[in-house]
Amino acid sequence: MTDQDLCIENVTKTFGGFTAVDDLTLTIPDGSFFALLGASGCGKTTTLRMVAGLEEPTAGRITLGGLDITRMRPYKRPVNTVFQSYALFPHMSVADNVAFGLRRKGENRADTRRKVAEMLDLVQLGQYGSRRPAQLSGGQQQRVALARALVNQPEVLLLDEPLGALDLKLRRQMQIELKRIQTEVGITFVHVTHDQEEAMTMADTVAVMQAGRIEQLGAPAEMYEFPASAFVANFLGQSNLIKAEVTGQADGHVTVDAHGNRLAVPSARCRVTSGTALLGVRPEKLHLADGLAAVPSGHAAVQGVVTDASFTGVSTQYLVRAPWGSELTVFVPNSGIAAPALPGAQVAVHWSPAHSFLVGS
Amino acid sequence: MAALLPTASTGTPVATDIPVEPPAGMRRRRWVPYALLAPGLAWLAVFFVYPVFQLAMASLWDPSGSVETGYSFAWAFSNYSTAWELFNEQFVRSLWYALLTTVICVLLGYPLAYAIAVKGGRWKNLMLVGVIAPFFTSYLVRTYSWKAILSDSGPVVEFLRWTHLLGPDGRLLATEFAVIAGLVYNFLPFMVLPLYASLERLDLRLLEAARDLYHGPVRSFLRVTLPLSLPGVLAGTLLTFIPAAGDYVNAQLLGGPKTQMIGSVIYSRFLVVNDYPIASALSMMLMLTILVLVMIYLKLFGTEEVV
Repeated sequence: MTDQDLCIENVTKTFGGFTAVDDLTLTIPDGSFFALLGASGCGKTTTLRMVAGLEEPTAGRITLGGLDITRMRPYKRPVNTVFQSYALFPHMSVADNVAFGLRRKGENRADTRRKVAEMLDLVQLGQYGSRRPAQLSGGQQQRVALARALVNQPEVLLLDEPLGALDLKLRRQMQIELKRIQTEVGITFVHVTHDQEEAMTMADTVAVMQAGRIEQLGAPAEMYEFPASAFVANFLGQSNLIKAEVTGQADGHVTVDAHGNRLAVPSARCRVTSGTALLGVRPEKLHLADGLAAVPSGHAAVQGVVTDASFTGVSTQYLVRAPWGSELTVFVPNSGIAAPALPGAQVAVHWSPAHSFLVGS
Repeated sequence: MAALLPTASTGTPVATDIPVEPPAGMRRRRWVPYALLAPGLAWLAVFFVYPVFQLAMASLWDPSGSVETGYSFAWAFSNYSTAWELFNEQFVRSLWYALLTTVICVLLGYPLAYAIAVKGGRWKNLMLVGVIAPFFTSYLVRTYSWKAILSDSGPVVEFLRWTHLLGPDGRLLATEFAVIAGLVYNFLPFMVLPLYASLERLDLRLLEAARDLYHGPVRSFLRVTLPLSLPGVLAGTLLTFIPAAGDYVNAQLLGGPKTQMIGSVIYSRFLVVNDYPIASALSMMLMLTILVLVMIYLKLFGTEEVV
């Protein structure tokens, strides 16, 4: 634990009868890029606003580097926010927007000018200092908002869906750019988003929130490969979840019965080891074979009928109806090895048991 | 760097084969804007330009004429100096009262408009109706009722005498206080409504951003709320100052001889004394003075949003 960790301890926030954040405890290490990921209404923005001081927790406390900031006024906190709407001051030039916090902090004019210029260079808007925000594009406004917050060198930078208003291509560029800036300045970034890809691209640590609580927290790859729950499995990317009954354990594997198919999952990849569970496999880890005979040894397999094949460029996305009626999604990379399967074809869907996981239903 | 800046879409050859001339149907409609302007322009010509011209002419009539004998046009610029000599006191007083009224209206109206626009919530519309409600009765009737409220035997004076804030012979009617109170009362809605309109548009997220950037409530107000509501302040002060400077009802009903404003002088010159040249000269002076003051004001504080 380093000195400037942001700790949220047992924080609850209720609005009237609605609990937005429910007994949340979270430590965000100094200098990390942390993403709070969740659907709208899951409490992620409320959490962010409590750290910024724009909402007061109903219970619990928030500390920054050991200092209790729970009830500290927002304008006294060493925390700055990049707002979803950017909230740039329309009556000021870009440079004045960026200098807004510095002036208040009593920086002298020369220092302020130099820092503003440096910051505008960092976000690649060096030429735009004298413009009004309304004269900039959405992506440029977003970068002004970032510069305006970053220039104050806060202990923690809060980003509230900062890329939500940008088009897809620009969003990709900004994701890389934000990551670069974070590495460069070394400030803790807390990034709120509902876009799982955005969270995974940028953050060192992702916390998936649901109904005011954290569902799972960890490194993106870790969570993707081994989600803690069905919710996370579906929220972070796509998953095929097959209902299964646990039948026993042997040789480091848990065996399950899924609609009459006996399948095995390595014990280390099981969140539950008894009762009814969901066996999950990511679509890109499923493979298609012409029949059970063609399935490599050691792979688990189920039979099915192709109901749909859509070509997406990088891969072809198949829907295969399993005998018990539900459909499995299979991504097959277009590497040109196998001829595409046509709808109506009988296929075997197979996977390496090491790629499957078992979560509670 | 190049990768980050969104590049403008380049070199799409657009519409080289489309004729530059608009199609015939479009061309024929070029007169439409003028047709739309025509009624308003005609109205202005008949009811504004011509009367002002007439007024300017009348202000230069030979002062020796009368309504009975008729007036002759004589380039009599002396009317202006005569008018100034006779009535400079009322003239300056009118501008002074209008200024005081405007300042008091801003001080009272801004918090009110802010409360309605920002904190009003579901009471917003009801509060707005409250601001507009006085317009449901006539201006004159309302001012008359102020006369009753402030009269020597009225409850306000009685109360003030009882608390010794006013001497036993003290009165409110026919004092500056009464005139300015009346002006403030009558013109407050003209201040509140434009202020409300501009504060209503205020994006409260900007105030959150200011708070996030180390600005407490007072500084946030001074650097964000106030500058962004300046168009409303500007419109409100003009809508208050201009009619207040020319008002005569309040001075006439609530004031006395020592609180006469230029409006009542013009009124009595025109309709009681029938001295048209001096009355016209006073009117022109008032109009031009206000015009010049407003232009200076807009030059100093004007924002592109209003003018």
